[in-house]
Amino acid sequence: MIYSEKVMDHFQNPRNVGKIDDADGVGEVGNAKCGDIMKIYLKVDDNGIITDVKFNTYGCASAIATSSMATELIKGKSVEEALTLSNKAVVEALDGLPPVKIHCSVLAEEAVRAAVADYYKRKGIDKEIPGCTGDCSCCHLHDEHCGEEE
Amino acid sequence: MKRIYMDNAATTEMSAAAINAVTEAWKVYGNPSSLHGAGREAFFMLDKAREDVAKALGADKNEIYFTSGGSESDNWAIIGAAKAMALKGKKEIISTAIEHHAVLHTLNVLEKEGFKIILLPVSTEGYVTPKQVEEAITENTALVTVMMANNEIGTIQPIAEIGEVCRKNGVLFHTDAVQAVGHIPVDVKALNVDMLSLSGHKFHGPKGVGALYLRKGVRLPNLINGGAQESGRRAGTENLAGICGMAAALKESVENMEANNAKIIPLRDKLINGLTAVERTRLNGGRENRVPNNVSVCFEGIEGESLLLWLDAKGICASSGSACTSGSLDPSHVLLAIGLIHEIAHGSLRLSLSEHTTEEEVDYVLETVPGIVKYLREMSPVWEKIVKEEK
Repeated sequence: MIYSEKVMDHFQNPRNVGKIDDADGVGEVGNAKCGDIMKIYLKVDDNGIITDVKFNTYGCASAIATSSMATELIKGKSVEEALTLSNKAVVEALDGLPPVKIHCSVLAEEAVRAAVADYYKRKGIDKEIPGCTGDCSCCHLHDEHCGEEE
Repeated sequence: MKRIYMDNAATTEMSAAAINAVTEAWKVYGNPSSLHGAGREAFFMLDKAREDVAKALGADKNEIYFTSGGSESDNWAIIGAAKAMALKGKKEIISTAIEHHAVLHTLNVLEKEGFKIILLPVSTEGYVTPKQVEEAITENTALVTVMMANNEIGTIQPIAEIGEVCRKNGVLFHTDAVQAVGHIPVDVKALNVDMLSLSGHKFHGPKGVGALYLRKGVRLPNLINGGAQESGRRAGTENLAGICGMAAALKESVENMEANNAKIIPLRDKLINGLTAVERTRLNGGRENRVPNNVSVCFEGIEGESLLLWLDAKGICASSGSACTSGSLDPSHVLLAIGLIHEIAHGSLRLSLSEHTTEEEVDYVLETVPGIVKYLREMSPVWEKIVKEEK
């Protein structure tokens, strides 16, 4: 399995690693049992712009690289725009991922959504998060995927 | 950057003796089956190689069959024994939960064909006992197959004692000795085995060549049909260069075994002690009855592939049983079989040494690994939780 140079760059020099103590939204997805967990912290200003974003990830090189790229792609964007981030966009920005690693990019997309969902919740904004039915991995219920080969 | 190769359980560097033997054998172009002078020249080299391999195992040269490697030998022994015994109405096979995939996946195929497969569990230290085997044997047992040394955690199974149990019960016994041959003493008679698989590239020989020891009197249907090579039991013109390289490497490995191990074992133990000194790190597999070259540890809170790629960036070639390195979502079946939970099994690191490993290399690894583990833990939400729960 060979990773692209971009993936290796974001793995070895991950952007936005860390935590935000006074975050406005925090999203955690994945499951340690499956080998990857991503946690994304957002700082959002009064205009709904993501002014800062940090991540913590437990997982393989592509999990770290997709987290890094996802945070880069939403930094400075509005929360609405962040919600439109697709896993495909993350994969493209990284010059591709090996097929068995595509799920890492899905996790990154879901981590961003989970963080925005948490931001809305804290703000008391009742907003439907596209693609989240409440029983997907955004909501930590990822167990049923475990142990199954993709 | 200098490369530090600590993945000798995956494959080894060919020895000078093996490269020389291969190089010389390439020049001998005759077909060993031909009757003319060119053929005879090749035949004598093949015969000499067979003698050398047999001698290294305490076998007779007529009991050695050359194959394409450990996987073919495992497939042949298991499928062959299963088919032969099924004709006598015996359709149960006993094995262990920690076998190599060459054995486990072959057993899966046989299970689909109607065989009953019993995979014995192992202890948390990674061992199976002769008593477990004895209790599992029934009048329908066709075959017992237990690996001699585990490729991931390095544990050595009590093969001689298991062989004794099998012989007493009249059951065929095969061992996958791919990780043992050339590293620890292997004497087919003392081990009471009927069949034994080995692979050339695990002891500084070339890739794509191996052998199956078949005790005199054990008859198996062929896996590969065709010409009369290998006494008509394994068709295909012999890979003479590979076979000669393997024989040379094996001869040397066995001759130098004691001296090599006297050097490797202290380095292995230094690595084990140094790595397990990192907090929340455990050794996989027992310390006793462990192959001299294997170090396998799990670091809590991190994932193995990230660790491997960081080590690679620092010039260290290693291996892991994490899910991410296997292409599936599940970590190694061996680590799960010794009772590790998924979360911990994902953080595994295997270092496998050779006689070329130096103390400087070991020191460099011990200086490098803890820093990478710390860095990955600092960005790990799993580690964050572990630390929080501790407080």
